[in-house]
Amino acid sequence: MSKVNAKIPEGPISKKWTNHKNNIRLVSPANKRLIDVIVVGTGLAGGSAAATLAELGYNVKAFCFQDSPRRAHSIAAQGGINAAKNYQGDGDSIHRLFYDTVKGGDYRSREANVYRLAEVSSNIIDQCVAQGVPFARDYGGLLDNRSFGGVLVSRTFYAKGQTGQQLLLGAYSAMNRQIARGKIQMFNRHEMMDLVKVDGKARGIITRNLINGKIERHSAHAVVIASGGYGNLFYLSTNAMGSNVSASWKIHKKGAYFANPCFTQIHPTCIPVSGDHQSKLTLMSESLRNDGRIWVPKSKSDSVAIREGKLKPVDLAEDKRDYYLERRYPAFGNLVPRDVASRAAKERCDSGYGVNKTGEAVFLDFASAIIRYGREKAHLKGLNEDNLSLVKDLGKEVIKSKYGNLFQMYEKIVDQNPYETPMMIYPAVHYTMGGVWVDYNLMTTIPGCFAIGEANFSDHGANRLGASALMQGLADGYFVLPYTIGDYLADDIRTGSISTDCKEFEEAENAVKNKIELLINNNGDKSVDYFHKKLGKIIWNKCGMSRNENELKQAIEEIQLLRKDFYKNVSVPGSKDSFNEPLAKAVRVSDFLELGELFAKDALERSESCGGHFREESQTKEGEALRDDKNFTFVSAWENKGEPSESVLHKEDLIYENIELKTRSYK
Amino acid sequence: MKLKLKIWRQKNSNDKGKIVSYDIENISPDMSFLEMMDVLNEQLTSKGIDPVAFDHDCREGICGSCSMFINGEAHGPDRLVTTCQLHMRKFKDGDTIHIEPFRANSFPVIKDLVVDRSSFDRVQHAGGFISINTSGNTQDANAIPIEKNSADKAFDAATCIGCGACVATCKNSSAMLFVSAKVSQFSLLPQGKVEANDRVLNMVKQMDEEGFGNCTNTGACEVECPKGISLENIARMNRDFLKAKISS
Amino acid sequence: MSNVIQASIIKKIAMAVSGLFLIIFLFQHFIINITSVFSESIFNQFSHFMGSNFVVQFIAQPILIFGVIFHFVMGFVLDFQNRSSRKIKYVKYKGSSNASWMSRNMIISGAVVLSFLILHFYDFWIPEMNHKYVEFLPEDPNRYYDELSDKFEDLVKVVLYVISFGFLSLHLLHGFSSAFQSMGINNKYNYLVKTFTIVYAIGIPFGFSFIAIFHYLNH
Repeated sequence: MSKVNAKIPEGPISKKWTNHKNNIRLVSPANKRLIDVIVVGTGLAGGSAAATLAELGYNVKAFCFQDSPRRAHSIAAQGGINAAKNYQGDGDSIHRLFYDTVKGGDYRSREANVYRLAEVSSNIIDQCVAQGVPFARDYGGLLDNRSFGGVLVSRTFYAKGQTGQQLLLGAYSAMNRQIARGKIQMFNRHEMMDLVKVDGKARGIITRNLINGKIERHSAHAVVIASGGYGNLFYLSTNAMGSNVSASWKIHKKGAYFANPCFTQIHPTCIPVSGDHQSKLTLMSESLRNDGRIWVPKSKSDSVAIREGKLKPVDLAEDKRDYYLERRYPAFGNLVPRDVASRAAKERCDSGYGVNKTGEAVFLDFASAIIRYGREKAHLKGLNEDNLSLVKDLGKEVIKSKYGNLFQMYEKIVDQNPYETPMMIYPAVHYTMGGVWVDYNLMTTIPGCFAIGEANFSDHGANRLGASALMQGLADGYFVLPYTIGDYLADDIRTGSISTDCKEFEEAENAVKNKIELLINNNGDKSVDYFHKKLGKIIWNKCGMSRNENELKQAIEEIQLLRKDFYKNVSVPGSKDSFNEPLAKAVRVSDFLELGELFAKDALERSESCGGHFREESQTKEGEALRDDKNFTFVSAWENKGEPSESVLHKEDLIYENIELKTRSYK
Repeated sequence: MKLKLKIWRQKNSNDKGKIVSYDIENISPDMSFLEMMDVLNEQLTSKGIDPVAFDHDCREGICGSCSMFINGEAHGPDRLVTTCQLHMRKFKDGDTIHIEPFRANSFPVIKDLVVDRSSFDRVQHAGGFISINTSGNTQDANAIPIEKNSADKAFDAATCIGCGACVATCKNSSAMLFVSAKVSQFSLLPQGKVEANDRVLNMVKQMDEEGFGNCTNTGACEVECPKGISLENIARMNRDFLKAKISS
Repeated sequence: MSNVIQASIIKKIAMAVSGLFLIIFLFQHFIINITSVFSESIFNQFSHFMGSNFVVQFIAQPILIFGVIFHFVMGFVLDFQNRSSRKIKYVKYKGSSNASWMSRNMIISGAVVLSFLILHFYDFWIPEMNHKYVEFLPEDPNRYYDELSDKFEDLVKVVLYVISFGFLSLHLLHGFSSAFQSMGINNKYNYLVKTFTIVYAIGIPFGFSFIAIFHYLNH
């Protein structure tokens, strides 16, 4: 075990980034024209990075597996984007955003990175507005804000429930401008199959054209991985069907350390699983917890009656309901952070109080909010506040104006009217804080290979706060990487264009071809989805919302067996030279099968509880997460040595100079 | 539920393609349409038949990947939904369901139900942006107040997911709803007004070059659009285009 | 010019402008014709004016003819283009679920109106041109009413006219409000345009039918 060096600049935290920018090396405009950069992934991080690098003058080659960069899964983010603008005058500041993010992450993130994130956050809003992102505005024409879980100020900028979409379209439009200029060469429907290293440096990638199966070589002076998170390890998640870990995993296997793989965010308000056919889960925005109250019945017999359809939830009397978040966390109530809310829901359902057919759902009830808003409205209009049906109608109007699109989405999926009966929700995998380890410059342990956005591990510690993912993706892509990459590329101004006719490219290409041959010619009898579902079940059941040593050890064994079974029995139909989704999926699942083991191994190693990582062995008497700062104030950075079981742990010590380590309490 | 599926099968862009019938059983009304397709594909795979290729990704109606023409309608019989949000409860036991790709010359079929919509991307390369550098040296976001009404309208136009249902539905394969949403999204905001003339001229020129048909105001696109993009955008673009043409 | 008109939106606006021009002409035509129902002499006066006024004959009439030809030729050209922009057709296409029959079949209603126009020219315009500019017959300011009512002796012709007016109505039901949309007018007053469209598109063809039937019955 060795220590890894994050190369954090010296100086007081508020000066680190400025000083660093002043001191790092630059590449002159004339020389930028001689340098190629590959960007894999075109979500908020990749799209913004590609656009900015091209604008600076680099020749960018951007890759995405979707048919257009605009379809990357950043598009699905609903709630908003944080920025320390303090437009509301409620005491927000860079320091407060920094503090909230570190605390929200349960003190497992790197101070310097988080501070830089908070520092550039307000620039992101300026940038996005300038490029035409239609954020919500008030009647005075100024930008509006909303509040999110775990913080005490309103700093979230939003565009209805489609903030991610609007921001991604902004980044995409910036890309379009550069594509039109010829500075970005766009490769749609291309999947990165491997990284190519020449003389120890990242010098290119091997891709597969998803339309015709062609294996292609692409060279560059640096490679940026912006391929998102690995939530689909769980099979069921709120990620898109195509979201995968492969790009990150390939660079991990070529030498990039993988950090904190077990740090996963389970989002408390998702639409529950309805049956075995389920292919993915749908998130209901965190903003709903502003007005919705979460409950289950107090008695198990009522829960059973509701499950069997004998009792309607609206008919259950108030005193027979258990508003368990309000009961357990009176100070924050229904707005506790995501990890806390998720665990509490699981605890109730595991104890037998779940309310849907599968027993894995709790209610999110808007009835009292409807009445409250209705009364206000009636009062405002001078109508009879005691007329219940009138008050309800008025209240529903208010709720509709706030959450209309979410309620409609719920109704389409579940076929129940959430205005009349409480929503059913259950936690689901949503985001992965873990990812490729990067230093302060966002460079991985492979020289010339960078990782940005959700793909890296850097800013969210063990739990991410709402509306911070968009902030981080854009900060990395617009404002951090374009500077820091220059520090590395300054050495490459005389290198000239990189040839793909060398043995490193050939070897990498052959390895990819062999893997594809292996999968396509494997005469198994089980589909790729069979293995993916099985892997997801192991991870969800044994490495999910709460983890223990015993089950983690079992999980490792089971995943090892499943991986063997996969290579023996998987069947991939079709040919390798055509559009073949099962083949693309087989490659992705084969990587998940390796990541899954490292994931469990990392969870096993970290025997403390922190943020989204809850170890049953490490909890308080009341069942709250118990951190072990003495032994675990570090980032786990795993080095690949072949099999995941042989991976070696390196530690990056987390040093808190500006924030005091405290126990998170939301009581 | 038991269903008969009549699906367009086409090996690749050079293949002629034909409708093939499949019977499928044990479909739950709670399934989404794409989950039903997953079940079919599992069955086909187990019989050694090439599964049906279709585009899909987010499965929550926002990425705009999914694109099926179901029983003669883009994204099927339900309104304001994409194919992935369509649920089987909209169908009856014993129904026959026709599934075809989104069709237009500008959307050539890649395989089965997968089409190439890069024509949409090219229209946006032609002008779907505001020429502002991403240097971070922009003015403060609140420096220009924007009237709420304009901001809301720009947002409504910007919710277009670029799925292509408008083109697929239009009897003329016109892309006017898509292009007008993309033009309006910027032209409604003060930031976008500076280069509004060039933008609309260039994007419409590219649209015409891509071979989409002409708009005859049938309004089908607005009805089938999963995001409810309004025809007002088309009127606005016509207006803007004429203005730009006269003044340029 | 050919460069300008290549843009699809310009073609669309040209269709709208020529259509609206024809709509205005139609209204004028209707006003004159309806006088025949209640006053032979007023009708004759109007018709004489229209038939002998220099501006009407040598400026307005050529513009009108150009407008008619442009609208039809452009309509057919656009329809051909539109049809060929989807070479492989859908096996199942449910157009009725999202658009009105009128809007989807302008080419059919337009073609019927065109054939009607040929008949109409044969009935009125060609004899008129022949009268004035080929045989140079002397002008009789009172000939118009009889020429009109004589044409509606034949029941078959009246039926043909009425059917054509039906299709004209269908054409207008979409065409009128659509022209506004094409010219970029779609705002909060849109409902007025839509209401007026219905009144006009049903009222005018109905009125023409009435005139034809009236003369048939009163002959």
